[in-house]
Amino acid sequence: MSTYTPGQPVTAIVQRIEIHKLRQGDNLILGFSIGGGIDQDPGQNPFSGDKTDKGIYVTRITPGGPAHEAGLRMGDKIMQVNGWDMTMVTHDQARKTLTKKNEDTVRLLVTRKSLEDAVKNSMGTYPRQ
Amino acid sequence: MDNESTYSGYSYKSSHSRSSRKHRERRERHRSKSRDISARGDKSVTIQTPAESMLDAESTRGDDRDDNWGETTTVVTGTSVDSISNEDLTRISKELEESSPLECRRYFGPALGAVLGLFAVVTPLAFLALPQLLWRDTLEPCGTPCEGLYISLAFKLLILLISTWALFLRPPRATLPRFFIFRCLLLALVFLFVASYWLFYGVRVLEPRETDYRGIVGYAASLVDALLFIQYLALVLLEVRHLQPAFCLKVVRTADGASQFYNVGCLSIQRAAVWVLDQYYSDFPVNNPALLNLPKSILSKKMSAFKVYNLGEENNTNNSTGQSRTMIAAAARRRDNSHNEYYYEEAEMERRVRKRKARLVVAVEEAFTHIKRHQDEEAAASPKHPREVMDPREAAQAIFAPMARAMQKYLRATRQQSYHTMESIINHLQFCITHNMTPKAFLELYLSPGPTLQYLDTSNRGRQWTLVSEEPVTAALRQGQVFSLRRLDFSLVVTVTPLPFLRLGEEFIDPKSHKFVMKLQSETSV
Repeated sequence: MSTYTPGQPVTAIVQRIEIHKLRQGDNLILGFSIGGGIDQDPGQNPFSGDKTDKGIYVTRITPGGPAHEAGLRMGDKIMQVNGWDMTMVTHDQARKTLTKKNEDTVRLLVTRKSLEDAVKNSMGTYPRQ
Repeated sequence: MDNESTYSGYSYKSSHSRSSRKHRERRERHRSKSRDISARGDKSVTIQTPAESMLDAESTRGDDRDDNWGETTTVVTGTSVDSISNEDLTRISKELEESSPLECRRYFGPALGAVLGLFAVVTPLAFLALPQLLWRDTLEPCGTPCEGLYISLAFKLLILLISTWALFLRPPRATLPRFFIFRCLLLALVFLFVASYWLFYGVRVLEPRETDYRGIVGYAASLVDALLFIQYLALVLLEVRHLQPAFCLKVVRTADGASQFYNVGCLSIQRAAVWVLDQYYSDFPVNNPALLNLPKSILSKKMSAFKVYNLGEENNTNNSTGQSRTMIAAAARRRDNSHNEYYYEEAEMERRVRKRKARLVVAVEEAFTHIKRHQDEEAAASPKHPREVMDPREAAQAIFAPMARAMQKYLRATRQQSYHTMESIINHLQFCITHNMTPKAFLELYLSPGPTLQYLDTSNRGRQWTLVSEEPVTAALRQGQVFSLRRLDFSLVVTVTPLPFLRLGEEFIDPKSHKFVMKLQSETSV
């Protein structure tokens, strides 16, 4: 998650996560909380490396919930939801995209620091082949 | 009356609660003339030592019962600054109290001041006139410089006279128990001044028949200058010094706890007392003793619960203490529900007052619609209905009848019936009609208890207050002093605290430094 220059494409190592929503009464819940957005204050984000990053981050995961089982972790940055971009959206737009009532599953693309480190480490050992 | 027999100095209030309602009203109608609230335009403040206070209360209480609101001022003689002679003074004053006539004490001080002032003003003119009268031929003629001095003398005297009239020739508002130190100081100063000038004049001018008239005129001019400076000193000491606030006085009325805070400057205790009383008459709601008592039904329940019987014991001395102890123990064990009853009684009374107030307001509004101001043009327009034209008094009497009952019931519910007689209500109604007031403006007098000043009638007899203080009353105010102003059935306790010293700092804010950022951080669970 390096600094992003406007106008240049963003590259990131992402993990694909598919969450099946759980039905609780009248609601479909995913089992995590999000924070961030272009209308929020990025300096308050405890998970981002770059404090000007206004992306959507996962701030809390309900243990045992659908998100936890699907492999989502706290501190992940959500890049796409079902093909919809999440890097330049307001907080409310993100919420609405995630909680569409007619969808049973959401496919997220998330990124985290450990992914990049893992790839770098594996790339480092690559030439030794 | 039989209730009067239970009337003693300190159970003034309880006599109300012991009598039945009918007796109370009858007695209060009798009392309404002799009530504490009947007005006086002036006050006199007398000092009492705390030891003497009990004795005096009962002696003046006797006067009160006879409706004799005499101008009871103490006669202060001799060295009154010394507090050791205080007991003698009050003893002397009690003998003189009954014999001194009503009004003369009030004007003694100002009369003395007026005489001295007149003497001081006439003196320069006498200085100028005496040589002219006595040895005119031998006087040296005095040209232009003298005329300049004449003009300045004349104008300075004129200014002196005008400012004396403006500052000092005002009717006195209070008689103080001890000498007003600054005033005495100034009078003494003026007297000394003028006396010494006369002395020198007599020795240097009259005896040798001084011929230098210009010098004499200069001498008179210097006296007038000195008098102007003394007047400046008087202005500063009497009027200006106490304007800057230095102390905060808390005044609490002992009868019902009404309290106020006032800021005053550096004053002596007696001057501060007069000032507080001035504010008291317009700030404090009128003291209504009928509002103070818990209903008898609540308080006396405990007493009648148990009867203790003596089972054949001979030794009575032990029994009385034993009896009271058992009663106390039994009362303590019994569950105390009086707070409950008090709460419900309060709620009930509140409801009753509100209902009667609603009825009163409606009745008054309806009554006011019955009359309207007569315009002269209308007489020509409607010759068919020759309406009877009334003056305000008759109009008031005409519309009083429909609201009389509602008014009476409301006044009785709020225990104000002793303050408003039928006559006074009609007078007030007439006043309101004359000035085109709305019903709400008419009712303002009755819906809230106004300041005490409102209920005073306008006769000019003074009101007697007693200043009770542990320190001599000419001492200046200090932190932590407490003095009280006593009236017959209540007193005002005044506590003195100094105003805090303020350290004011400065902080400059650049107008360009007001900048803002967004601070939202929401977290939504999905």
